[in-house]
Amino acid sequence: MNPYRRSLLAFAGGAGTLVIAAAAGLLRTGQAWAATWNKAGFESKAMADVMKSLGATGAAESKDIVITAPDIAENGAVVPIAVTSRIPGTQQISIVAEKNPFPLAATFDVAGGGEGYVSTRIKMGQTSDVWAIVKAGGKVFTARKEVKITVGGCG
Amino acid sequence: MAEPMKIRATLQGDVADVRILMLHPMETGQRKDSKGQIIPMHFIQSVVVTHNGKTVLDTQWSQAVSRNPFLGLRVKGAKAGDRISVTWTDNKGDKRTDEVAVAAAS
Repeated sequence: MNPYRRSLLAFAGGAGTLVIAAAAGLLRTGQAWAATWNKAGFESKAMADVMKSLGATGAAESKDIVITAPDIAENGAVVPIAVTSRIPGTQQISIVAEKNPFPLAATFDVAGGGEGYVSTRIKMGQTSDVWAIVKAGGKVFTARKEVKITVGGCG
Repeated sequence: MAEPMKIRATLQGDVADVRILMLHPMETGQRKDSKGQIIPMHFIQSVVVTHNGKTVLDTQWSQAVSRNPFLGLRVKGAKAGDRISVTWTDNKGDKRTDEVAVAAAS
């Protein structure tokens, strides 16, 4: 649920038709994202549901995926994660922190001249495995690495 | 609201190393303010990176990406002077686009 959309709707209800039209326009863009944004995956709380939404249930582990992350991260609010996939034809890389309230953190679609490498920083609530899920040539591969967290970064 | 991004693209051989720093609060919807009210979610949902107008990376993010997000990627077949453009969109519909030229290897 998007609280901003709720408040907009409430506001539009009280005001004139012009505002309703504007709100309707905003709602439409909201739906347009929903089509591309993996809502089911990002809102699932269980690792199994995330894997399902990515079509990665029972995917094989691959040694060609390298997760670069600290063994121990002192601050869970900023955990640097880099994923390198040496699998040819890498199309998509997802980063999942298994024990986060919402495990799926990010999905990267690689296209054109993009290389199978992404680097970002995520929040982690507690010590857990970080998974990299790579789609390449219609197949799905995974890799994981444990990251220990001293102070959680979700509160 | 939307602050400019810091983008750096440097050439290493024929691969451009692109580093992007966005300024965004990335609220998770789990924090509370001093009055105990939950601060609503506010995060970047999508980031699109293009190289000379062609999409090279299309990302979908959740609120689990850190505040002031960093994104690093590599673009093959790049030349000095190529345009790298980055656009983000957050869950409130805010957008920001910034563009840089690939710098030659130093």
